Amino acid sequence: MINTKDILETITMIQDEHLDVRTITMGISLLDCCDSDIDKTCTRVYDKITRYARNLVKTGEDIEKEYGIPIINKRISVTPIAMVVASCAVKDPVRLALTLEKAARACGVNFIGGYSALVQKGFSPGDRELIESIPEALSVTDHVCSSVNIGSTKAGINMDAVALMGHTVKRTAELTADRDCIGCAKLVVFCNAPEDNPFMVGAFHGVGEPDCVINVGVSGPGVVRASLAKAGDCDLTEVADIIKKTAFKITRMGQLVAIEASKRLGVPFGIVDLSLAPTPAIGDSVAYILEEMGLECCGAHGTTAALALLTR
Amino acid sequence: MRAVITVIGKDTVGILAKISSACAEHHNNIIEVTQSVMQDLFVMIMLVDISKCTIPFTEFADQMSELGEEMGLSIRAMHEDIFNSMHRI
Repeated sequence: MINTKDILETITMIQDEHLDVRTITMGISLLDCCDSDIDKTCTRVYDKITRYARNLVKTGEDIEKEYGIPIINKRISVTPIAMVVASCAVKDPVRLALTLEKAARACGVNFIGGYSALVQKGFSPGDRELIESIPEALSVTDHVCSSVNIGSTKAGINMDAVALMGHTVKRTAELTADRDCIGCAKLVVFCNAPEDNPFMVGAFHGVGEPDCVINVGVSGPGVVRASLAKAGDCDLTEVADIIKKTAFKITRMGQLVAIEASKRLGVPFGIVDLSLAPTPAIGDSVAYILEEMGLECCGAHGTTAALALLTR
Repeated sequence: MRAVITVIGKDTVGILAKISSACAEHHNNIIEVTQSVMQDLFVMIMLVDISKCTIPFTEFADQMSELGEEMGLSIRAMHEDIFNSMHRI
């Protein structure tokens, strides 16, 4: 039975309100690629990534066509490289950055995340070497994304890491000064970094994750804003209800894509990450959602409350 | 396996005929059609059985898009699961 209203609503969400699957990210564990010989490590890393992800882009494109949902990015995330390089006798993480770059180009993905270190409680072998190599690694690669987790709710903040990252950010900017300091756009400093985040630049494949997994990131600030605008005057309960229903539809769409991709690639489905990440397109801004909810102007009294209502 | 073909645009002669022939050519059985014309804007939704489609569905979807561009309409063929998953609990 055709439900005209539902079908037109979906088409409008996709065509006019910028609903899309922002990314399909394949998370790959590199823990079994570690070796004391860095050349062997690099070879194993390249082989594993290209073996698992060789059909990722094509699968994303096929799903996009069949379901009519734009899938904007196809990406890869890997085990934090600081852990991979820890066993190497010669700790030269830039070699691994170049390997990741080569693998990303071979697979045709937009970005490869995981040039990372998790130092919220202290430093382990490989961590300092990785962090010190970040400026160079990000200046000699295009697709590699880096992140450092310097704090967590349980552990507190590693102030030594904070100081180190201050110098790292500056040096990264200096080494890519001729390219608008693009290096810094590929680096993020975290607290409480999620282990299965599909979005860049902070994506990495955490140690609690399975060998390989598909995570999907969905984004739809324009859709949420449009649903609120269509509803007109509502009280707080009705606003919360609209946001909940819209979030459900967006998440369900992401789940459909994730399950389909997971089936076709023979890899377990991980998570759907629902994000309000905006794009520069007009109407695709979180601030506009808050103003549509009734906030006088984003930044005025009540902004935090409105944001809490939206994200909870 | 079923797909939904949506057609949105300015009403012109032959829309239903052209799409039905394309479906017939590739053995896609049309199960249901609903359409309305509102002040020149033509909206048609067809539920189609694609289990016997003679070409890969992605190619059929491409053909529908191209037909739409030729006729100045937006024609999309999408797997029905996208609608089922978003609007049914």
